[in-house]
Amino acid sequence: MKSIISPIKISYKNLLAAKFRSFLTIFGIIIGVAAVVIIFAVGRSAQELVLDQIRGIGSNLIGILPGASEESGPPAAVMGITVTTLKYEDLLEIKKEKNVPEIENAAGYVSGTAVVKYQEEELGVSFTGTTASYLDVEDTGIIEGRFFSEDEETNLSKVAVLGSEISKDIFDGDNPIGKKIKINNHKFTVIGTLKEREAAAFGISSQNDSIFIPLFTAQKLILGISHLVFIRAKVDTVGNIPLAKENISALLRNQHDIDNPKDDDFSIRDQASAVEIVGSVTDAIRYFLLAVGTISLIVGGVGVMNVMLIAVNQRIQEVGLRKAVGAKNFDVMLQFLIESASISFLGGAIGIILGIFISFLVYLAVNALGYDWQFLISIESIFVASSVSILIGVIFGLYPAYKASKISPMEALRYE
Amino acid sequence: MLIEAKNLSKTYMSGEVETRAVCDVSFTIDKKEFVAIMGPSGSGKSTLMQMLGLLDRPTGGKYFLDGRDTNEFSDDELAELRNKRIGFVFQTFNLLPRTTVYENVELPLLYDHAASNKRNREEIMEALESVGMEHRVNYFSNQLSGGEKQRVAIARALVTDPEIIFADEPTGNLDSKSGIQIMKILQELNEKGKTIILVTHENYTAKHAKRILSIIDGKIVSDKPVEGRMKAGDKEYMLK
Repeated sequence: MKSIISPIKISYKNLLAAKFRSFLTIFGIIIGVAAVVIIFAVGRSAQELVLDQIRGIGSNLIGILPGASEESGPPAAVMGITVTTLKYEDLLEIKKEKNVPEIENAAGYVSGTAVVKYQEEELGVSFTGTTASYLDVEDTGIIEGRFFSEDEETNLSKVAVLGSEISKDIFDGDNPIGKKIKINNHKFTVIGTLKEREAAAFGISSQNDSIFIPLFTAQKLILGISHLVFIRAKVDTVGNIPLAKENISALLRNQHDIDNPKDDDFSIRDQASAVEIVGSVTDAIRYFLLAVGTISLIVGGVGVMNVMLIAVNQRIQEVGLRKAVGAKNFDVMLQFLIESASISFLGGAIGIILGIFISFLVYLAVNALGYDWQFLISIESIFVASSVSILIGVIFGLYPAYKASKISPMEALRYE
Repeated sequence: MLIEAKNLSKTYMSGEVETRAVCDVSFTIDKKEFVAIMGPSGSGKSTLMQMLGLLDRPTGGKYFLDGRDTNEFSDDELAELRNKRIGFVFQTFNLLPRTTVYENVELPLLYDHAASNKRNREEIMEALESVGMEHRVNYFSNQLSGGEKQRVAIARALVTDPEIIFADEPTGNLDSKSGIQIMKILQELNEKGKTIILVTHENYTAKHAKRILSIIDGKIVSDKPVEGRMKAGDKEYMLK
């Protein structure tokens, strides 16, 4: 036991004796370990946050998009391709119970940007043209006024419902109901304001920052198109999602006169695959960062090796003396290995504390921004970080320890 | 016969240049002797001491310790012998920096893996008492004077109760007063039964021993008992 404690004491004495140089040595290890701890803590929390956002918009929703694409890849619209094959008629057919009994409700969407004028104020805003079924499908509600009716969906009514933030931006807290605004120089009447909504809906810009107008009004009056950008359908239970997807596919093939599934001009996405895609992307990011952390640790290890080599060179006479009084090669090697392991363990300990501290700061900052962030430090990651830092010290200390063990006892007599 | 050197040689090769530091040296040393190996710089006395102290192996001849051929020992076995049967005192003291007197004297005990920790304290204090340094047991090595450091070094050399003490120019870095103190301790240790082998280039220092082996250019040129031996601390001695 003494032969372990003694080298540990020696190593910390030597560290204290040359504080700045010691700090530089273990700096690489501190950074590497801190990075690993932060990646484990923050990385997982960040991933959960993103996935929660996606989950938040309803795990029983499926999206129907124009244009074929791989289930595991991005839809055509994301790639900048506009496909015009999805129509309002498709939406009506989907909503029919006899076609897709698993669907409770469905909504159609178009979107774009426009200039909104109120009195003297002019704003560029995102707008969404949608159907009356929006509130039900998106599981949100009205704070003041009302949403549009099914008639207004198709009769080119010029009515608008505002997102919570847009309402504040334009009307500064005044009651907007009944007031007139101009959207691309067309007069619209505000009929309602939507509740605040946290989760960002997948594909639409945040509800709070959008203006909602009836579908046909948006299509014909503002955009001059006759297709839908996408459809969203609410499935009765999560378990029925595969069946719903099948039925919708069959229905759309019928609608669009498609014989061969390979010729599909639409894509259907569900929550689960979205979660999977984003999950694998964020996993890849985390592994990449972990690789960066590991490289940093290796650099730190090389730092330890360098300093140990210098130390061995400076302590030739000391090692000679130890051998002269009876130390064997193994004794010397063990001593220096313990010294380098102690140094890198110290770096690891500091790195762990630093890593936890920074993770905590991130936790505070993100929560202050309004997100529900969790402070996740697992005992395993601390244990792994500690073990890794000791291991680095041992591995990178092997060569210097070996060199030390080769020093001859005669060196005790060499007086510089 | 404790030590027997038979045609002992040490030759160094530096590239193509061959240096013969010790050439064909033969002598014996018995227990309880006090021998000085004396010679000028470069005479080979340090090289000879390295071989006798088992710090290095000869390139020619044989060195018998207690009748056993030391060439047959492995490096680890030599380390064991150095630990248990030999004690070293160096010109530059060679104490560990930033370390207490206690820990310095303890060092050889740490490499005796069979020893138990409980007895360590007794042995260390005993060794310190025999050199009069027990009151400084918790001091750090850099807080000591030169003479005190050398005394601690001697305590370290004694702590495993070895038979032989090798002293390489033990007073070389000391003032005369401390030097006398050190030589007195060595003479006392010899009286108590330790074999002392002293290496020096000073005739004055060598005369504290009972026998002088003179070495020049790697060869023993004389091997005589000392006449008019110096007794450290004697009043007459002070006048000389």
